[in-house]
Amino acid sequence: MAHSARTDCPELPDFFLLKRLARDQLIYLLEQLPGKKDLFIEADLMSPLDRIANVSTLKQHEVDKLYKVEYKPIVSTSDQLCFLIRPRIQTVKWICDVANADKATGRFRRYKIIFTPQKFYACDAVLEEQGIIGDVTTDEWSFYLLPLDDDIISLELPEFFRDNFLAGDQRWVRTAGSALHLLHSLYGPFSKVYGIGRCSKMAYESWREQVEEGEQKARQAEIGKVFLIDRDVDFVTPLCSQVVYEGLVDDIFKIKCACVEFGPDVTSSDKSIKVMLNSQDRVFNEIRNEHFSNVFGFLSQKARNLQTSYDKRRGMDIKQMKTFVSEELKGLKQEHRLLSLHIGACESIMKKKTKQDFQELLKTEHSLLEGFEIRESISFIEEHINRQVSMIESLRLLCLLSITENGLLPKDYRSLKAQYLQSYGVDHLLTFANLRQLGLLVEQQPGETLTVMESKVGKLVNDRTGGETGFLFNLLLITIFVSLRIRAGVPKSDEEYDLRVPRDMAYIFSGAYVPLSCKLIEQVLERDGWTGLEEVTRLLNGHEFAVTGYGADSKAKNDAQRIILVMFLGGCTFSEISALRFLGRERGCKFIVVTTAITNSSRLIEALLDNLV
Amino acid sequence: MMKNKADEEDYWNSSKFKAFTFDDEDDEFSRLKESKRAVNSIRPLVDEDDDEEEVEKVSWSGEPVGSKTPLLFNTYCAVIGWRDYVSDWSPEETVQRMQQGKAVSLEKFRSLQDKLLLLDYAVSAHDGNVITAPLWDLFVFPEVLFRELTDRQTALRHFIHYLTESKDQRLLLELLRYLPLSTPGLPLLQYKEHLGIADENKRRDFLKSCLSLPFSPEDSVHVEDHYTLLERQIIIEATDGHAERGGKQEIFQKFPRKASILNMPLITTLYYCCFYHYTESEGTYSSPLNIRQTFKLSEKQFFVTALAARAKLKAWPDVDALFTSRNWLGFTRKKSPLSFQRVVDVLHKNSAPTQVLQDYVALVDDAELRITLAQKHKCHDIVINTYRDLKDRQQLLGYRAKMARGSAEERKINELLNNSQIRWKN
Repeated sequence: MAHSARTDCPELPDFFLLKRLARDQLIYLLEQLPGKKDLFIEADLMSPLDRIANVSTLKQHEVDKLYKVEYKPIVSTSDQLCFLIRPRIQTVKWICDVANADKATGRFRRYKIIFTPQKFYACDAVLEEQGIIGDVTTDEWSFYLLPLDDDIISLELPEFFRDNFLAGDQRWVRTAGSALHLLHSLYGPFSKVYGIGRCSKMAYESWREQVEEGEQKARQAEIGKVFLIDRDVDFVTPLCSQVVYEGLVDDIFKIKCACVEFGPDVTSSDKSIKVMLNSQDRVFNEIRNEHFSNVFGFLSQKARNLQTSYDKRRGMDIKQMKTFVSEELKGLKQEHRLLSLHIGACESIMKKKTKQDFQELLKTEHSLLEGFEIRESISFIEEHINRQVSMIESLRLLCLLSITENGLLPKDYRSLKAQYLQSYGVDHLLTFANLRQLGLLVEQQPGETLTVMESKVGKLVNDRTGGETGFLFNLLLITIFVSLRIRAGVPKSDEEYDLRVPRDMAYIFSGAYVPLSCKLIEQVLERDGWTGLEEVTRLLNGHEFAVTGYGADSKAKNDAQRIILVMFLGGCTFSEISALRFLGRERGCKFIVVTTAITNSSRLIEALLDNLV
Repeated sequence: MMKNKADEEDYWNSSKFKAFTFDDEDDEFSRLKESKRAVNSIRPLVDEDDDEEEVEKVSWSGEPVGSKTPLLFNTYCAVIGWRDYVSDWSPEETVQRMQQGKAVSLEKFRSLQDKLLLLDYAVSAHDGNVITAPLWDLFVFPEVLFRELTDRQTALRHFIHYLTESKDQRLLLELLRYLPLSTPGLPLLQYKEHLGIADENKRRDFLKSCLSLPFSPEDSVHVEDHYTLLERQIIIEATDGHAERGGKQEIFQKFPRKASILNMPLITTLYYCCFYHYTESEGTYSSPLNIRQTFKLSEKQFFVTALAARAKLKAWPDVDALFTSRNWLGFTRKKSPLSFQRVVDVLHKNSAPTQVLQDYVALVDDAELRITLAQKHKCHDIVINTYRDLKDRQQLLGYRAKMARGSAEERKINELLNNSQIRWKN
């Protein structure tokens, strides 16, 4: 795809170093507790740890047994217990319970807690409160960054989104700054940093402080530019259904740490298979960024080629056969296996997506993005709620409706909210309050319908001062969204949008919508700053910045200037990554995505639910 | 976006990109199926056993163990900052050192002023970790902390989040009671407490106590409904549990209850009552009509739920009755607040037989949609009649080919095709 793609894209830096550093520090920390020990690992750290150190590495450093933290009394017989955890109060309390239970039975053990990526003072407070502070030693494993692929690095902190944007807790700001600092120290100095959003600004400042605290060695930069962006700058993109292969696989099968588990319906056998999805998988690498409608054609072609390659062996003599087996067969078999899996996955996706409900859902989503047939969409959503179909999907559509229509009419808002609570439980009052707070699902204020708004944009820009409420923020967001959609998003009506030869980033949403987040990045890079985008940034609640030069010669025209690191604070989707890859090919540059976590519509909505204890 | 209808249609007719709909008629999908067969039919040359090795092992299979790299590691330590000593620092320096994870002593900050200075520096440094830490030192009298927090929104939000995370309900409630009632979201935070109450009677009493909280008018209706619903569920649960154990009521024997109705949403409760208590008079708590009235449910909500429940029981006469209304001439006709397409969908999901389905398929207005549904559900009469009405001889011919030889359907089609009264359009 992208036939206009440039061929002079620079090479990406090697992020294997990040893994090695993390592993070495972990080993160092394990050795701080000499002798045999049992290791307790927090559940959501298991996959990330797995990418860093394997069991034999741990065993070599005298880890005897491994356990998952389950908040239950433990059965370990070891005299030394080591806990590898996130700095969460609940987990620290559980460790205190374990230690206190030992004390009560007169059992003596040594305890060590390794917090990752850092310890919080609140954790110390718990240890102190529970009278355990002298009994345990604590350490920090500065495992900030996990490379998931050549161009994706994750902080694996999904809670960043809710903590920061909903609870207003800034505990992870420093963490984000430290992650950036680590990248700067290893791959910088960065010559230019752009950003937008309140959290981005704070993370940037935290990073600068850390740069000033330490000393900077002069080195050849491998990454030239950095772009920081808050998730709440663009909520539309992560709320949309993903139709690019990798995103679709994430929506349906849930990709965890670049790994997916394909169930029996995909493998056509009775067992599930876990597969790594990254650039090492040659089949996947070729289809991951493709619009789903292209994937069939590609896989069919691939299957034909494979058949031809296998067929070559007919009529071979012994010697030729020997060469074939030793040189080609392994590769072919590998490809055969991957091909079967991806074909199976496509079939499974088709089975789910061709159901009537899904078709209607997608049609409604398109109508919302395009701003047509709004009444029909509302009654579809209402019926969806009445039938008690997926509460996440219902909320997702409500949010999309609210953002694209600049809030719901008060009458609609009240009626849909009431029906939602009746279908899924009154407890969701809290969920609605959360969504309102973030500006995701709000009531339209009198006189601020979309049409009125569009005519008022200019005036609003002039009248606005700082300190926005969620509502106004949202209102402005939609204005941008609409104007970008008109200006850049939807192609001219006399042309077909050919998804096989995408002409812009809109292909990731079937041509319906250009992801705002990526559009901003493109514009800022093109203009080398925010000049000319003042109107847009003011409408987007600003906090934008562009800073030049850190010790390095920013004018240097080396390859590093075409390596751009984009950091998403609050999560990014695979669709956005695909869009940036497309942009990179178009512009002859490469993007590295650093994100607090990979997100999608259901993760985003689930993070805002509040109907459980 | 106030486009009028004509504009919209105009737009759709000339739409430049086709909304992607995962259409399974897609040629390429059928090609894909072929490919799958092809791929699966390729026989491996070597035993499958050694394949196991190639399968990515994702559990605990990191890179091979390598030697340690002291040089890199030292750089790393320098980057992340290793601890140094305690000394006499100003509040500002203390905050900086705390951010760096260096040892500090908070003991010397004894005066309230000093403590607040520490807090304010922490807030301006945007470090949530450090913001929470000095809060502890202000803790001797919670009221003092509460008072100071009311003017410090950022610190307040950190503190509330901290208390929520540490599940310190007592202090959280104390704080909430201290804060001015105008604090946004306050009543909801209190209402949230009910989620932690397991005993249904205690939960109901708690909800009752929430009724006096200053919710918005709209939300106070919802909270009142929540209370009323739980109160009702407790009664229904007790009565039905008793009836089920007594073994006298056939419905509970035939369809044992799968779960308790306590704490279920209203619509689920209505479904339950339509399932077990459909014919009860309006006077009882468990009567569907009573629920509909009490909670002011719309016709559509009631209809969808009753339809699903009665269809589940295969009570087709009840299903039929839901649609029946008499007009002023006394004729009965079928009316539905739901599209008949959706009705067919609901009935089909509850495995309604073709005889039942066809009555409703026939009521779908749009001819094309009607044909699609009729074909899907094998309602041959409807397909045939619709083609007849459309005077579409070609389609009828095509459809005849799909019918079994000598079947009633084939005969019917033949009769139609031979009927000289019909003016076929093709």
